[in-house]
Amino acid sequence: MTDLLNALVLLGNFLVVPSLTYGSQLALGALGVTLVYGVLRFSNFAHGETMAFGTMFTIFGTWGLQSLGVSAGPLPTALLALPLGIAAAVALSVLLDKSVYKYHRERKASPVIFLIVSIGLMFFIGGLVRFIIGPGDQIFFDGTRFIISARDFKQATGLEEGLAIKMTQAVTIVTAVIVVAAMFWFLNKTRTGKSMRAFSDNENLALLSGINPDRVVLITWILVGTLATVAGTLYGLDKSFKPFSYMQLLLPIFASAIVGGVGNPLGAIAGGYVIAFSEIAVTFAYKKVVTYLSPESFEPESLVQLLGTDYKIAVSFIILVIVLIVRPTGIFSGKTL
Amino acid sequence: MNQSFFSRNRVPVLYAGMALLLVIVGVGQGWSVALSILNLCLISAIMALGVNMQWGYAGLFNVGVMGFAALGGLAAVLVSMPPVDEAQVAGGSGILIGMLILVATVFASTFVWRVFGKKKSTAYWMVFGVIAVGYALGRVFFLPSVDAIEAVNPSVSGYLGGLGLPILLAWPVGGLFAAGAAYVIGKVALGLRSDYLAIATLGISEIILYFIKNEEWLTRGVKNVNGLPRPVPYEVDLQQAAWFQQLAADWGMPVTEASSIFVKLCYAGLFIVVIALLMYLAETALKSPWGRMMRAIRDNETASAAMGKDVVKRHLIIFVIGSAVIGMAGAMLTTLDGQFTPVGYQPLRFTFLIWVMVIIGGSGNNWGAMLGGFFIWFFWIEAEPIGLWLIDALTSFMENDHPLRLHLMDSAAHMRLMTVGIVLLVALRYFPTGLIPEKTARKA
Amino acid sequence: MTGGYGSADILHNCTIGVEKGEIAVIVGPNGAGKSTAMKATFGMLNLREGRVMFNGEDITSLKPEERVLKGMGFVPQTHNVFTSMSVEENLEMGAFIRNDDISGSIAQVFDLFPILKEKRKQPAGQLSGGQRQQVAVGRALMTHPQVLLLDEPTAGVSPIVMDELFDRIIEIARLGVAILMVEQNAKQALEIADKGYVLVQGANRFTDTGEALLANPDVRRSFLGG
Repeated sequence: MTDLLNALVLLGNFLVVPSLTYGSQLALGALGVTLVYGVLRFSNFAHGETMAFGTMFTIFGTWGLQSLGVSAGPLPTALLALPLGIAAAVALSVLLDKSVYKYHRERKASPVIFLIVSIGLMFFIGGLVRFIIGPGDQIFFDGTRFIISARDFKQATGLEEGLAIKMTQAVTIVTAVIVVAAMFWFLNKTRTGKSMRAFSDNENLALLSGINPDRVVLITWILVGTLATVAGTLYGLDKSFKPFSYMQLLLPIFASAIVGGVGNPLGAIAGGYVIAFSEIAVTFAYKKVVTYLSPESFEPESLVQLLGTDYKIAVSFIILVIVLIVRPTGIFSGKTL
Repeated sequence: MNQSFFSRNRVPVLYAGMALLLVIVGVGQGWSVALSILNLCLISAIMALGVNMQWGYAGLFNVGVMGFAALGGLAAVLVSMPPVDEAQVAGGSGILIGMLILVATVFASTFVWRVFGKKKSTAYWMVFGVIAVGYALGRVFFLPSVDAIEAVNPSVSGYLGGLGLPILLAWPVGGLFAAGAAYVIGKVALGLRSDYLAIATLGISEIILYFIKNEEWLTRGVKNVNGLPRPVPYEVDLQQAAWFQQLAADWGMPVTEASSIFVKLCYAGLFIVVIALLMYLAETALKSPWGRMMRAIRDNETASAAMGKDVVKRHLIIFVIGSAVIGMAGAMLTTLDGQFTPVGYQPLRFTFLIWVMVIIGGSGNNWGAMLGGFFIWFFWIEAEPIGLWLIDALTSFMENDHPLRLHLMDSAAHMRLMTVGIVLLVALRYFPTGLIPEKTARKA
Repeated sequence: MTGGYGSADILHNCTIGVEKGEIAVIVGPNGAGKSTAMKATFGMLNLREGRVMFNGEDITSLKPEERVLKGMGFVPQTHNVFTSMSVEENLEMGAFIRNDDISGSIAQVFDLFPILKEKRKQPAGQLSGGQRQQVAVGRALMTHPQVLLLDEPTAGVSPIVMDELFDRIIEIARLGVAILMVEQNAKQALEIADKGYVLVQGANRFTDTGEALLANPDVRRSFLGG
């Protein structure tokens, strides 16, 4: 019995909790991407760098608050600085939309052109972020590190394996739940939210119904900027802020959005967790778990991994490619181009 | 008067302009630097040509460029490096068996797919089962061999080595590797529409890169493969040759510098031969009836399909050929570097750089793509020194250790990222057809 | 009206009109310019010559959204519902430009189309063709338009559904709404029409009451199959 519990705790600590955390970060990122795809109808490759941009300003805010002696108690101060980061990301997105995307929208450019434009913006914002804050690591986490430490857990339960829950993990999951709930309330219960869904569903009919396209676009970028900053900040708190890692996150985020069904908010969230879970589950070393679960004194020789740990990010690509070939509309049937 | 002269003779004028820029660098920063830039420009131009073939002839948005280039570099290693006999004895057979199992699995799954094709869900499960069995079986043979190979002298080799053939052979072989990969990828992904194809090619390219970075028994992974054999003389040999010392004296420059320039010129010569050959083939193909048909298909897929042309098959051919060109360029790049650095293949940044080249140059036009290759690479490299010089000038009124000045000087490298982004955005808005737009058959 | 989509005119001096509570039907062979005439009335293409009058006001320069505000409603032939949104949400979107309480209007639409009340929470994309048309018409009615433009409302539906739809259209007209309808099923449409316009190659060929047109031997021979 204790062996079973130990195995479960092991899985929980190294598989379930990290997957939920990483999945929440991906889900928020994928939501931003899927919104742009649904409403503005293009793949936004600049989203990763937008996340970096918003997070950068959250970091500035955090430093400012810290120097003023303000803190959020056990919670990270960055949470208090989020509004600043969000404002910055939203301002950037709206400004770039007016100066860059709008021109091509008016000319009804093809989605590929928008994709290339977003790549140009990816370079620009990326360079800007590195220019302002530099390419190095920034650790801006403060507050209590562990809600439950492994040691406390072991002492409380007497088990050999400990289940630790870090503050950042809890904050990420809770924040993600709140943000997602708010998004869904907005999209399904408010007039503006419904008008956005209508616009995404059938643009001509929406225009006919008197829905203002400029307003829809503006609100989209506000939501995207918010989601990007929150996702980026949560990721940066959990791991660390390094501009390059946000560019790398782009592909798992796209994978999440596409696997879940691009253009479908529910799909983006599901996709985020699927990708996160797969990445970690496929490269996890199950040796100890197998040892616990199997009869006495049987210990596998190898690490019992499906794929080497180095292949972690490759997993999301493999899943993405498989989904694109087998079921391009994704789990929840989003749009195909 | 100037306007019409420029537009009529656009191609030579722009190329002359490019040459002028290189001369300026030669005079200002030294000929060695200028020649280094030229060589990389030439390779970038070849890659841009390959990408342009896929985009211009078939409208395919291939973002997996780095994967193909890496395969070309791998070819350079596998063709030219001496074999590591000990490793091959230790693990060669195991690897071979593993490969055979892989091939068998692929055939088995296609066979099973066809047999169970009617019932999709059963087919999926059967294929999954076959792959699972093949994977497990393969691992049994594969893993111990891998460990054995990597255990052989890890600091120096720890991998299988190559065939020990002349490195120039690696260039077409690199093209073949890339073509093979492109065939598989194309079969699988070409049915997808443009956005999805882009992401699929990027994803697959990432997987290839992961494989290359991690399978040390083949590529040495993070340890790199150094000391690749050369098709041109070594500087040290030149410096000690009497005829060369005389030549350097005639040129009026120190022997070391002269040797470096000579070597670079040799590479440049080789590369120019390759480019000339490729351009000749590409332009001939473009003007041929086959080329016209390809462009017709690109311009109106539905109409062409209705006329009975197998669009997907034609696209596959273009995809394979274009990728072969990219693979060859990858082999050439590794040859120039003299070493194979798996971790150096940064997918996102350099892939998109090549795309910027194609777009700025004039998507669809070969001369434009080449010019774009030159132009963008030139600015990518020069943006840092120019940026530094600019910042230096602008902040010269500050004290040398003022924090803002120091920060700006450090950040000059990132200016270049921003600059490329802005250049791309400006080009897409004001010059959507690029510097050298595609010549359409009829004059408006 | 005279005009078209580009440089070539499709409509040539075509005149159509409808009064309150009336049903006016536009019929004619394929390519006659029926849909074009409707789109021109709604403002979806520019007129080279001529004008559109509404309640004595010249609205030729107004955009379609602005005409909706004036009191026009339009039901396109295809893509006329939000397929991913529920029936009720579709109606809500139809009333988007209104700021007042719309529950009364929704109730009215449900009275008119009882089956929609049953399926109010279902996504419109899951409904049958005929039901979707009902949603499309209901959506347009949410602004209580004075004129309702229908572009081939019975395209692709079965005869029974067509009869039902026409019954509803008559009911709507009885509420005082002027109905201008383009139809392919000329015979059945003219049966319920107060006024009929037969267009051929963008120009009026016959104009009369529905009954008269049905009885007209020329019309019958050319368009009604004898």
